[in-house]
Parts: sequence; C-alpha cells; structure tokens
Amino acid sequence: MSQTELPTGTAPMTMIQSLRSAMDVMLARSDDVVVFGQDVGYFGGVFRCTDGLQAKYGKHRVFDAPISETGIAGAAIGMAAYGLRPVAEIQFADYIYPAYDQIASEAARLRYRSRGMFTAPLVFRTPCGGGIYGGQTHSQSPEAIFAHVCGVRTVMPSNPYDAKGLLISSIENDDPVIFLEPKRLYNGPFDGHHDRPVVSWGKHPGNAVPEGYYSVPLDKAAVAREGSQLTIVTYGTTVWVALAAAEEAGIDAEVIDLRSLWPLDYDTVMDSVKKTRRCIVLHEATRTCGFGAELVALVQEHCFYHLEAPVERVTGWDTPYPHAQEWDYFPGPARVIDAMRRVLED
Amino acid sequence: MSASSSLHLHVPEPSARPGQTTDFSYLKLSPAGAVAKPPLDVTAAQTAALADQLVRVLDDDGNAVGPWAEDIDDQLLLDAMHAMLKTRAYDARLVIAQRQKKTSFYIQCLGEEAIAIGQTLALRDGDMHFPTYRQQGILIAKGAPLVEMMCQVLSNAADPLKGRQLPIMYSYKEHGFFTISGNLTTQYIQAVGWAMASAIKGDTKIAAAWVGDGATAEGDFHAALTFAHVYRAPVILNVVNNQWAISTFQAIAGGENTTFAARGVGYGIPSLRVDGNDLLAVYAVSRWAAERARSNLGPTLVEWVTYRAGPHSTSDDPSKYRPADDAQRFPLGDPIERLKQHLVKRGLWSEERHEQTRAGYDAEISRALKEAETHGALGSELRPGPAEMFNDVYKDMPEHLRRQRQQLGA
Ligand SMILES: Cc1ncc(C[n+]2csc(CCOP(=O)(O)OP(=O)(O)O)c2C)c(N)n1
Repeated sequence: MSQTELPTGTAPMTMIQSLRSAMDVMLARSDDVVVFGQDVGYFGGVFRCTDGLQAKYGKHRVFDAPISETGIAGAAIGMAAYGLRPVAEIQFADYIYPAYDQIASEAARLRYRSRGMFTAPLVFRTPCGGGIYGGQTHSQSPEAIFAHVCGVRTVMPSNPYDAKGLLISSIENDDPVIFLEPKRLYNGPFDGHHDRPVVSWGKHPGNAVPEGYYSVPLDKAAVAREGSQLTIVTYGTTVWVALAAAEEAGIDAEVIDLRSLWPLDYDTVMDSVKKTRRCIVLHEATRTCGFGAELVALVQEHCFYHLEAPVERVTGWDTPYPHAQEWDYFPGPARVIDAMRRVLED
Repeated sequence: MSASSSLHLHVPEPSARPGQTTDFSYLKLSPAGAVAKPPLDVTAAQTAALADQLVRVLDDDGNAVGPWAEDIDDQLLLDAMHAMLKTRAYDARLVIAQRQKKTSFYIQCLGEEAIAIGQTLALRDGDMHFPTYRQQGILIAKGAPLVEMMCQVLSNAADPLKGRQLPIMYSYKEHGFFTISGNLTTQYIQAVGWAMASAIKGDTKIAAAWVGDGATAEGDFHAALTFAHVYRAPVILNVVNNQWAISTFQAIAGGENTTFAARGVGYGIPSLRVDGNDLLAVYAVSRWAAERARSNLGPTLVEWVTYRAGPHSTSDDPSKYRPADDAQRFPLGDPIERLKQHLVKRGLWSEERHEQTRAGYDAEISRALKEAETHGALGSELRPGPAEMFNDVYKDMPEHLRRQRQQLGA
C-alpha cells in the first residue's frame, strides 16, 4: 500500500512515532497526564519517543528525571496517588530492577492494601528485547518477573497500530501497567533474518496509524495469522519471527499475538489450540520460569484432551544475553521451523 | 600509626549493652532557646550549623524560651495534650490485646507521641502524610474513629481493610494518612511525588514524608532527597531518630559523628535538628517547614531527636540488646511530662486534670476495644470472608481471579 492509499485520518508511522502520538493525544485530552523519565524532556528521549512533547505541553507536563529508577517509580506512584496519570519511562527494561520494589511492593498493591482508597493509575514504558547487539544490559525481556506480580498489567505491542492503541488504553486504565516496547521493532518489523536488509515501517503495509484518539483493548489477543496445523503463542518481536517461519516452512500455523501478557486473553489462545491441537510457545526471554512456562501450563490445563503433541517452547537460552553470540541466542525462524516440524511429527 | 599497620574494620557499637549505662553525650544537645530561627527562604548551606545543633523551646522548668517559642493558641496545646494521652492509652491497651491473643501484632509509639501529633496540628486538612507504622498519633490527632482503627488491628469482620493487611498498617485518605506499607522507606519518595503532583496542578496542598533513623539507609531515602531538591517539592521530610532500628543502634545506620539533618544539607535541602520530645518545638518547626513548602520555597528536612521508649514491636524484647533503664535516662525526657509541666505553668492544666483525662481515655479506649471485639478478633468466626481476598487486586476482577475465587468456593 503506498502512502496515498492510506485510509483518511491515518498517517504512516513507525512504532516510535505511534507511541509519541499516543502520548501526544493523551497529554492533550487530560491535564492529569504527565510524562517523565531520563532524557525524555528537552531532548525527547534516547529513542525519540517523546520528541517535541515538552515544547508542546511545557515542563510541568513533560520533564527530565534524575537517574534513579526507584525515584522515578516512587515519584510516579505518589503522583498517581494524588490523582495524576503519570507515564514514566525507564530508559531500558534492563534498568527497571532498581524500581522493582516500588513496582512489586507498592504500585501493584496500593489498591489492594488500601481497599481501593489509594490507586496507582500509571504506566511504566520501557524498551525491551534484543536483536540490536545490545549485549547483556540493552537486550533483556523481563516480562516474566512482572507477570508474576499480582496487581500489575503487563503489555507488549508488536506493531505501530497496536503500540498506539495499547498505550492509550494503558494510560486510561486504572491499574498500573508495565508497557514493554520491543526496541527492535521501533523502526521496522524484524523477523529474525539479521542477514537481510533492514525493513522500515515506511515500506510496510501495517504502518497506517490513525492520527487522533483510538484504543486497542487490553486483555485481548490478536490473531496475527490464521492457520489450521498448529498454534504459535507469542508476543513482541517474535510475532514477526513466527510469521516468517510459517511462510518459509509452508506450514499453516496460526500465530497468536498476545499483546496483553497478563492478565491474558484465555479464549483466543485456548480456542486456537483446541482448533489446531498443537502448540508452540515462543519468546525471546530466557526459558526457565519464563512467561512461556505459564503459557504451557495453561494450555495443558485447558486443552489437555485436545492436544496431539507435547507443547514446545522456543525461547532464549538460560544465559545472560550475549553480545557476539546474539544470533545463536535469539530464537530466529530456523529454530521455530524445527520446533514446528517436531510438533507436527508427533 | 605507621602506614604499614594492618587495616581494621570499624563496626559501631552503642555505648552500653544490657547491664551497663548508656552515655548519652553522643547526642549533641543545645540548651532550650539557643538555636536561631532562620528566615523562611534560608539556604541549605545556611542551615549547616543548625543541622548540628538542636532546636528546643521548653527548658528544664517547662518555660517556653528562645526564637522558636511562638504564640501558640492555648486550645491547640490542650488538643495536643489530649491527643498524646489518648495515643498512649490506645497503645497500652492494644499491647495488652496482643498479649491476650486478640491480635497477632502491635507497634506502639511510646515516647514519640509529640512528633506525629505536633506536626499534624501544624498541617492543614488536605495535606497528605506518608507515615511509617509509628505515626498512629496522626490518626488520633485527626480524630479517626477509634473502634474502626481497632477493627483493623483485630482483622475482624468490621476491618475497613477487609483483613488483608497486617495490624497497624492503616489507610485513611480522609484523614490525610497514606496507606502504610511493610516495605521500609518506599513511602518517602512517594510523598515527594505526591508533593510534585500538587505543584504540577498548582494546588496548595503539601506532603509530609516520614521515616525512621534505621530506614534512612534505604536507597529510597536518597532518591527522595534528590527528587525533593531537584523539583523543589512542597514536602516536609521527617526523620524520626529514636536511636534504634529494632536492635540496631543508630550508629549502624550512619549516625556516628554526624546527624541525619546534616544529610539534608548535603542534598541542598534546608535542614533542622529538633527536640522530638518538645511539643512546642515540634509544632513551631513543623509550621515553619509547612510555610516554606506552601510558599514554593521547597522541601525541609527535619531530624526529630527522640527515644524509642518501648520495644520495637510486640515481637521484640529490648532487654536483649540495650540497658533496661535507657528510656528513663534519656536526656530529653518524656514528651507528655514535659508538655504537662509547661501547661501547668501556664495555668492551663493541673495534676488532677491530667489524671482525670488519662483515666478518662483509659476508660474510653477499653470501651472502644469492647465494641471492636463485638465484630470479632483474630482467629474468631467473625472475620472478613474469603471472597474479599480476591477483590481490589485490579479495578475489575480479571478472569483468572474469578476462576480462583470459584475454585475456593468463595
Ligand atoms: C525493606 C525492609 N527491610 C527490612 C524490614 C524489617 N524491619 C521492619 S522495622 C525495621 C526497623 C526500622 O527502624 P527505624 O527506621 O529506625 O524505625 P523505628 O522502627 O525505630 O521507628 C526493620 C529492619 C522492612 N520492614 N522493610
């Protein structure tokens, strides 16, 4: 689809632009929305996600923060308890651990422990995932440690349209949301073929994003590809890996993009597995106690009598994210194709 | 010492252990009235000397002296006395209730009543306290319902927090009392964020952050001071130095040869060190700090020097780590006795009235506990139902929690 064919009211956007557009829309809609984090103010963010927002809304609404993740998280919780809707950025998901106590002990439990008297309607945006030669501390996928925390929502988009709609929903949602942004997808889709030229969203059919307000519901998965032979449950960058693997292997896989990791959309996942009777769970994060373990457990609990083969997991290895060995680590299409063949043989 | 002598790790110790006598000279005490009252727009650097002294108003004879002795309304002082007596009676009764196994746990604030109560009376409705578990005086000074507070402690059917929280972890938005967390110091930076929000909205409300001496060692203390300074947040940063963190003397928290007020100066925050057992000093300094905050002059850090006269909690036995007579020998005395002396001197109070009031609160608290117990106590049949366990995790109950509630048959 060329630019001129875009639906009216939409514009071609990268994920960076669509995320910025979401914040722009929400800053304009409500005075209670504030955006802050390291380098997000004047400079517009190390990934440009907040570019221009301070100039447009002023320093009271969009501002720089000291390099203290616990400070950013704790201050955001206090602001939310006051009645604001903070959208705080953690520069890399790899650096969210200093904020973990504030997220797990505080944001997640404010509503519960105060019986709803105090709440934390806030969003922590943070770039995650590998595939960019980020090494150990610019590549991690820590979603499982948040999915394990009761009281927070964990969300991860895989394309510009969903990124904007899910971020708007997250800002509007009254629960704390960990909004993980696969930075490998910021500028274009990535299917794991690191040896091929980079594709940008500009050339991609899925880049039309409405310029105004719209939302994509939380707790609702998307069927990224309909298929009949097996189901791949995944999210983030590996949605694109799964799509590529299915095409290359000529296997009619159904690809489920979870979008909301937890709480999740049971029905879409279980209906698909009951239909295809075979399932692969795919993520970049390390395997042991990764979010995939929960997905496998849920699928076997709910679909046991429908399954024709053991549920497979294709994940990152149980190692820190390496630098030189990036493509041995990243679960690319070849590993997904192997898994599909195994699952179909059973 | 020769350059070649081997290294030696310094591990601070209190001056006395059980059976010995504490040398309180480590507390740098100034005479009442000796410390200056700076202008509201004082700089942090100008408070450096003050952070090493001790603001005191009441002298040994109960006279209010010096620049911090202000015209305080008689009624306010009487209110403070009432709240202090009521808080002490409340604590005493609930400690017994814990011994009677009506509740699993209790924390008293014996000896520290003046601080929370004095500050509460200096703030306004709408301001928000971010307390620790040892500022129940805020709630009592604000007139929170005693029976309901006790129901929280008893985790009974009328517990406003539905049995989800450990006793004393109250939450009262309408009384400006933020939900207490078991995780130390987390609320300190949250208070700063709340104050920032008030400033963002152009509001007039301020926040009060609370932390103990021991918990200043947490990273969130550093974050809070940094953010408060950077954004000039309208917040009072209270450090209650009661000398002890469970069994750990304040020197292990970093208090040796320095003060906690001095920390504030290092962050660029005007800071004072104040007699925490002197209600008049607490009130005057709190009012000063609140006025600074409301005038957009930013945060103030206050170290309140006091003594944790009781055990850390009902699970603690201080005779195992400190002298038994420590509280009696603490040079700043008891806050209630000192205010009593002052009020008697002013002709506002008498021994008889004191006794009467004290006995009146004992009776009122006992009656309140009886009433609270009609809604049940720990382990009784009367308790919040299991279905309550699943509510309020999220705003709307997600599918997995509906399934789990059903599995429990609740
Ligand atoms: C993060 C964290 N670590 C440890 C504890 C256990 N704990 C509870 S109270 C306490 C001592 C706190 O001392 P201090 O800050 O001086 O306050 P005080 O109890 O004297 O009022 C400790 C270690 C905790 N609640 N939270």
